Amino acid sequence: MNFAPSPVLTLTLPPWRSRLLLAVFASGFAFLLARAVYLQGLHNDFLQAKGESRYSRVLEIPANRGRITDRNGEPIAISTPVKSIWAAPDGVRMDKQQLARLASLLELSPREIQKRLKDARGEFVFLKRQVPPETAARVAELRIPGLSESREYRRYYPLGDVMAHVLGFTGADDVGQEGVELAFQDQLAGKPGSRRVIKDRLGQIVEDVESIRAAQNGRDLALALDSRIQNVAFTQLKSAVLRHRARAGAIVVMDVNTGEILALANVPTYNPNNRSRLSGAQLRNRAVTDTFEPGSTLKPFTIALALESGRVRPDTVIATGSGSLTIGPATIHDAHAERALTVAQVIQKSSNVGAAKIALSLSAQSMWEMFEHVGFGAPPGLDFPGEASGKLRPYRTWRTIEQATMSYGHGISVSLVQLIRAYSIFARDGELVPLSLLKVDAPPAVRRVVSARTAGMVRAMLELAVQRGGTAPRAQIAGYRVAGKTGTAHKQEDGHYAPDKYVSSFVGFAPASRPRLAIAVMIDEPTGEYYGGKVAAPVFAEVMASALRILDVAPDAPIKPIELPDESDEIKESV
Amino acid sequence: MLRVTLILLAVLVACALGLITSQHKARKLFAELETEQERTRALDVEYGQLQLEASTWSTQSRIERIASQRLRMRHPAPGGVQRVEPPKNEP
Repeated sequence: MNFAPSPVLTLTLPPWRSRLLLAVFASGFAFLLARAVYLQGLHNDFLQAKGESRYSRVLEIPANRGRITDRNGEPIAISTPVKSIWAAPDGVRMDKQQLARLASLLELSPREIQKRLKDARGEFVFLKRQVPPETAARVAELRIPGLSESREYRRYYPLGDVMAHVLGFTGADDVGQEGVELAFQDQLAGKPGSRRVIKDRLGQIVEDVESIRAAQNGRDLALALDSRIQNVAFTQLKSAVLRHRARAGAIVVMDVNTGEILALANVPTYNPNNRSRLSGAQLRNRAVTDTFEPGSTLKPFTIALALESGRVRPDTVIATGSGSLTIGPATIHDAHAERALTVAQVIQKSSNVGAAKIALSLSAQSMWEMFEHVGFGAPPGLDFPGEASGKLRPYRTWRTIEQATMSYGHGISVSLVQLIRAYSIFARDGELVPLSLLKVDAPPAVRRVVSARTAGMVRAMLELAVQRGGTAPRAQIAGYRVAGKTGTAHKQEDGHYAPDKYVSSFVGFAPASRPRLAIAVMIDEPTGEYYGGKVAAPVFAEVMASALRILDVAPDAPIKPIELPDESDEIKESV
Repeated sequence: MLRVTLILLAVLVACALGLITSQHKARKLFAELETEQERTRALDVEYGQLQLEASTWSTQSRIERIASQRLRMRHPAPGGVQRVEPPKNEP
């Protein structure tokens, strides 16, 4: 149907009005569009971050430092979380009562706390670190504003001073500072991770957004040490150092088959759990970081070289010139003057003259090579921080007298671990074994230094040294055949040998028929008696007997009472 | 046409409610997982502390002290030990 056009409805408006309106709306939409593009496209990151910060949080995932265990899995170093209490000094509000409570909980004086808060620059001050979690919880109960706690780790050493030197310790941030803790820091340290989560209004995590970095716990470390043997070694060494009023002492026990260090102890020592008062002397791991002139314990190497070259046999007689030998301006003396000794007796009675005469029949180069091959003058390869190389001068600079004295361990310096490693050539039929602080599963990569025949001959001589008529009858053990050598050397002071200061040592292994363990003992500056056979050998015997029993090593000798010579006819070794 | 729309609407509402419930359940389960993981960590810490304690109680020196003083034990004299070799299997 058709409506009649009404004149009222026919409006005549100027056409520009509608166009203007259209343009206004269009530009309005264009503005909104541009704004939307700006906000959602270009300025997106900022807004997204702002939005996320309302609900998403990055959390740290703590990582444990690896445990250290002994060879039997006994834990000997464990990290456990503790708290540290810190404050934002400007924000701390507490009354007298709270301060007193806080002080008593943290074992600080109220004045000390106030001083710390006042002296603090900036917005952060530690009130106390490494607080046990229970104490931290009670501090939190005080609800003091401005006080916070954070998580950190503390390392505990259940065996305390017994193993202090091998293990070392960690600092406040659980980073290794000494010993194994430092040497194997990379393996032991954990890597804390972090993850992004969404938290709700109550602070509860409602969603895992992403894992930024997975936390990596530190790897556990199994050492070669046997805590039972370590304990015996430490106790015996400590009592010997006390008994002889010595300045210091060190002992190393090595498994001859694998080169593993089963025990390593030093006196004086310290308690790694409480290190408030420490001196350098206590911290020193003498067995590894200190070198000394070993004295007669070096004789077997010269003899082995002479035997190897075929120049002498164990029963070759050496004229020892009634106990003295003059080389240039210097004269070498023997404590027991003999006209002549066999090569075996040179070791048994520890004759300096005999050893020097044999040494002078050899070339300096071959002697140097021998010392070098058994590891003197080079780090023993334990990867231990600060391990000493000792002093072995190049043979071209040796004078004749030096070549002579080096045969009995003067003019050359070694560390105790170098010495015990070198003795593995006698205990292992001529092979030098690499040392290891860690538990070893695969057979070690050995290096042959002398023939099995030579090693066997020297071993027989070392057995004589321990029997009646030798220098170390006190190293005997009931039920086992023992081989070993004493050493007694004057200490060097300011470039001269001190007349009344000695280093007494003993290195030996057992059972001699099939060596299993080697032990080296060093006692620094014993007062009174100073012969290695009297000071160091008894420690060896005690520790060796216990260690063989602990390891269930079958006896290889009939059990009979040990015969000790009378005081008067005991063989004193030459110093 | 209207019927189809209504059915679709009902399906949509059902889906929406389903999504809400499952999201809620997921969050609840996640919260539970979080608590359990927290417990794992706490137990781990406790395990470490207990190991430490066990290790402290069982130090060689303590065992030796108790054995020799309280229990009056001692090492047998070397002559007092008889070793029994395990019998060799005869072929």
